[in-house]
Amino acid sequence: MELTSKEQKMLEGELGEAARQSMEILFALGKIYGAQNLIPVSSVQVAGVSCKTIGEAGLDYLRDLSSKGAKVKVKTFLNPAGMDREQWQKMRVPEGFAKKQIAVLDAYASMGIDMTCTCAPYLVGLRPKKGEHIAWSESSAVVFANSVLGARTNREGGPSALAAAICGVTPNYGMHLDKNRVADFTVKLGSEPKSATDFGALGAFVGEASKGKNTAFFGLKKATEDQLKGLGAALASWGSNALFFAKGITPEWRVSDSAEEISVGQNEITEMKGKMGVPEKPDLITLGCPHASLQEIGSIAALLRGKKLACELWVCTARQTKEKADKAGYSATIEKAGGKVVADTCMVVCPLEEMGYRKTATHSGKAAKYLGSLCKQQVVFDELGAFICK
Amino acid sequence: MQVKGRSISRGMGEGKVLLSKDAISFLGGVDPKTGVVVEKGHCLEGKCIAGRVLVFPRGKGSTVGSYVMLQLKKGGVAPSAIINLEAEPIIAVGAIISGIPMVDKPEKDPFTFLKDGINAKVDGKKGEVSV
Repeated sequence: MELTSKEQKMLEGELGEAARQSMEILFALGKIYGAQNLIPVSSVQVAGVSCKTIGEAGLDYLRDLSSKGAKVKVKTFLNPAGMDREQWQKMRVPEGFAKKQIAVLDAYASMGIDMTCTCAPYLVGLRPKKGEHIAWSESSAVVFANSVLGARTNREGGPSALAAAICGVTPNYGMHLDKNRVADFTVKLGSEPKSATDFGALGAFVGEASKGKNTAFFGLKKATEDQLKGLGAALASWGSNALFFAKGITPEWRVSDSAEEISVGQNEITEMKGKMGVPEKPDLITLGCPHASLQEIGSIAALLRGKKLACELWVCTARQTKEKADKAGYSATIEKAGGKVVADTCMVVCPLEEMGYRKTATHSGKAAKYLGSLCKQQVVFDELGAFICK
Repeated sequence: MQVKGRSISRGMGEGKVLLSKDAISFLGGVDPKTGVVVEKGHCLEGKCIAGRVLVFPRGKGSTVGSYVMLQLKKGGVAPSAIINLEAEPIIAVGAIISGIPMVDKPEKDPFTFLKDGINAKVDGKKGEVSV
């Protein structure tokens, strides 16, 4: 792999220990993946923020890097943390957990990272354009950026994203190259999905069937950006996909001549929904996976106006979006119905299992996957309307 | 004897060789306080990796394993060097953030030219293993 003279200086430690260690990571990853060079990135999104996922070991790592004087060079956002920074007590997050979480956030803040904790940075001001090279790590953010925005990022790990932020570059391989942005799996839809659970189940089904291959969809002409967000998140969590195309709506469309082809109809979707949850009464309903847009929070508020929920509800979003929802009166409407709009965190990375919840409902394909495996929850997979008191 | 490999993480490390035919997951597979392999049924189960030139095919498991390698280092129970057949990101990143010298793709099969308990030296920057 070829390095520029400045990159070489970083590798030799002339620009400090944090830059040296970070460049060594990028150089090693470039060698492992066969990159020819490093390329500048315009933004970074760093995963490994919740202390539930990174643990004590992750905190040690961040403190170590911070003590070496690490500073980011490009606009960098964080993934959701394990709690809402302002409402954690109201959410009943254990105090010991909160202390560790604050220490993690402090370490990131010391590196000059924006304290926006979200898996959907493109909804709150970090929206790369088509062809822009970035280094993002949250799997749904990666698939959205590649597919819906046409930006270019690999599925980065926490340390490799942070190294890219500190050096301002990333190894040039995988999704950064045209030749790898081609679909080798195509899906013809029998009917157009409509609800959130339709899109979640479609993403889950195709994620498993495609085994992570770049996928091209025919027949998704009416999908909104929020629906594509849910579809991509489910694809990435059930199949580790990094890129999909939707005929007529995504900025790129390249399909290989030898692409495998499947058809998906209502039967497959219904069957998949049955596999994704159990018909139980939940303790908690969680929406906003990926983080809700203002429009989605508005629709939830409209649905709940003057109604009562059968159990607690969290609508997870970025802090900036929550502030807008507060101003628009959506948060108050949701609270009257028995719910909460929570910021900085989500149902997957907060310590739900420590907080006494056992059965959690969602309409998100991605949350349905991880509530079971990472939060030890029984999952109820349904639309919000199913949990409103009649 | 000297064997050339590929440099992954810089630094010099020396110690007694410990060979593992099995892949290693540092998260859940190794006790971060003692450096003892605790994964059930692993070929190194019960053995301590502290101070050893640890040879294994590749990493496996959670990416949090990289951070566990740093905990081992801080606790003084990390391997003195790592040789992999083929590096993958979890072990490569873990070795770099912990300052553990690491080499991969040695030109000779390390399971042939190295034996458990013999002394070996790893130059991470040059990508060399010497016995």
